[in-house]
Amino acid sequence: MAVKDYIRSRFFPHIWCPGCGHGIVLGGLLRAVDGLGIPKNDIVMVSGIGCSSRISGYVDFHTLHTLHGRALAFATGVKLSRPELKLIVPMGDGDALAIGGNHFIHAARRNIDITAIVMNNRIYGMTGGQFSPLTGPGLKATTAPGGTIDPMFDVAELARAAGATFVARTTTYHVREMSKILARAISHKGFSVVEIFSQCPTYFGRKNKEGGAVEMMRRYKEITVPVGSPDLQDNPELIERGVFVDRQMPEYCEEYDKIVRQAMERAAQA
Amino acid sequence: MSRETVFVQGNEACVEGALYAGLDFFAGYPITPSTEIAEHLAARLPARGGRFIQMEDEIASLCAIIGASQAGKKVMTATSGPGFSLMQEALGYAVMAEIPCVIASVMRGGPSTGIPTHVSQGDVNQARWGTHGDHAVICLTASNHQDVFAMTVEAFNMAETYRTPVILLFDEVVGHMREKLVLPVPGELPLTERLRTQVKEGVNYHPYLPREDGRLPMSDFGGVHRYNVTGLFHDMWGFPTDNPRIVRDLMRHLVDKIETNTAQVCKTKGFFLEDAEYVFVSYGSSARTVRQVVEERRLFGERFGLLELQTLWPFPQEAVREACARARCVIVVEMNLGQVVDQVKLAVDRSDDVFLVNRYDGVFIAPEDIMNLMRLIQGKGV
Ligand code: SF4
Repeated sequence: MAVKDYIRSRFFPHIWCPGCGHGIVLGGLLRAVDGLGIPKNDIVMVSGIGCSSRISGYVDFHTLHTLHGRALAFATGVKLSRPELKLIVPMGDGDALAIGGNHFIHAARRNIDITAIVMNNRIYGMTGGQFSPLTGPGLKATTAPGGTIDPMFDVAELARAAGATFVARTTTYHVREMSKILARAISHKGFSVVEIFSQCPTYFGRKNKEGGAVEMMRRYKEITVPVGSPDLQDNPELIERGVFVDRQMPEYCEEYDKIVRQAMERAAQA
Repeated sequence: MSRETVFVQGNEACVEGALYAGLDFFAGYPITPSTEIAEHLAARLPARGGRFIQMEDEIASLCAIIGASQAGKKVMTATSGPGFSLMQEALGYAVMAEIPCVIASVMRGGPSTGIPTHVSQGDVNQARWGTHGDHAVICLTASNHQDVFAMTVEAFNMAETYRTPVILLFDEVVGHMREKLVLPVPGELPLTERLRTQVKEGVNYHPYLPREDGRLPMSDFGGVHRYNVTGLFHDMWGFPTDNPRIVRDLMRHLVDKIETNTAQVCKTKGFFLEDAEYVFVSYGSSARTVRQVVEERRLFGERFGLLELQTLWPFPQEAVREACARARCVIVVEMNLGQVVDQVKLAVDRSDDVFLVNRYDGVFIAPEDIMNLMRLIQGKGV
């Protein structure tokens, strides 16, 4: 199918600013889904609140646009009710890791088969440019006019430590790589996390003098290297891209199915 | 099939009612005094092919059951005081997105961590106005285990009928007390399934276009209709909008679908009301005390009567007005600073004749608490 067949064109134009990275993530995601050949009726997209979370409105899947930070909790209910469905949960960085931080680590701990996409623009875009837990120290935001002093998370490290069984990072510059990683994440059985650097030229870029969308994306190319690149030795500031974790562990819905089977057998015997 | 009689806690009676109603999915977080509901369902649901999940907090619990309901399941969570406060955000979501779900709150005293193991009826207003914005909500309660069972079944039926969250408010005495419960046999109580759309695959389905009767035929996620569900004001496709006309119409629809059906939703029980000179209005365990007082004083020829509320919201205004119309005075008995008494004053014509007997110290209301005030009202001195 063409990518546009996955779009609800009735709801366009989208609300994103020109140059916003979220549209690139949308394109990359739809190409991944198309490549996997998953029927549209089998996909449920659940999102929270923020610019990135509006992505669910634009795709022709079952879509649940929920509350700020809570998307993974809603998705957990959908998945456990209908384990045969594919759950994709795109979130912004503030959505996923500030207000949603608790849900994020517990979804990872359970290893429930959901694909979490963290569209990381390091800022709260929809509310006008306040700093997020991923902004990082020294950077400017409307709520940190003198630069934030808040340290940041490493999403990949956090996801791995919490128990996610597939963890990857990519950027809107590396759009083909993004599609491949998303396809692997969606196919993975268990909780998968894909962090995607996604530029917000409107707030993050302007406040922090990173230029427009093109400059910001070029920067993603310059500051990232593939996992294990020898360049890291010379320049430890570089950020690794690629798949960090890909392992098999018991998946939550399957484990619960065993509980159900045992309980039903016991009930039948009684 | 003969009915089975069991000797259980009120929390277990709620569990039995939920299973009878066809509960398939429960998500919760432990909190006193509601915990037994989660514990019993953790044991009972899998044997019926249902799902139980203990979430990381109450917020996630309500979110998870909303997700499960959207996927076609009959769902419930249970909580108390502070946990119920945490659920208010998602409760508003379920109102707005019109997703059936049942929330049992076994009340504890507040504010804050309050008084966890003692009795209170402090969540009446929280049930009505805990979440932000204007909205309607259904809230049911009960004073004994047979009614806990029946009202729990009602809660599921109403949630599925009106596509709305339904709140069950029990108090700690009802939740923890043990008494007899006669389990109805299958088919004895009517069960309601949600209205599912007849629209065929490929034909334009408008998930948020109400029928003439206000009901919204639903398509479960995973079915053939793909649509958007949001907590934002939305059009008939479920897509966000700020068009003033659509916003206004949706607000009216959300409120009217419940407010125009108060005759079906509002349930009360009357005891000795026909000739009652003094009408008591009460609910939950305090209604049991009142009933004892009424029955005792009748033996002395005093014309006491009781209107027991089973629906708290929408407030059964008509039933209250009717029961109190010929009374010399009305005495509201509740375990808070007076959350229902305000509604009773609004419902009756003579609010000066409405009195309150209450306790808010975690101690159950005793017959003497009521009789102390009655002696004053009746001019018998203290
Ligand atoms: S504010 Fe930033 S994140 Fe939001 S749409 Fe505009 S560019 Fe994108």
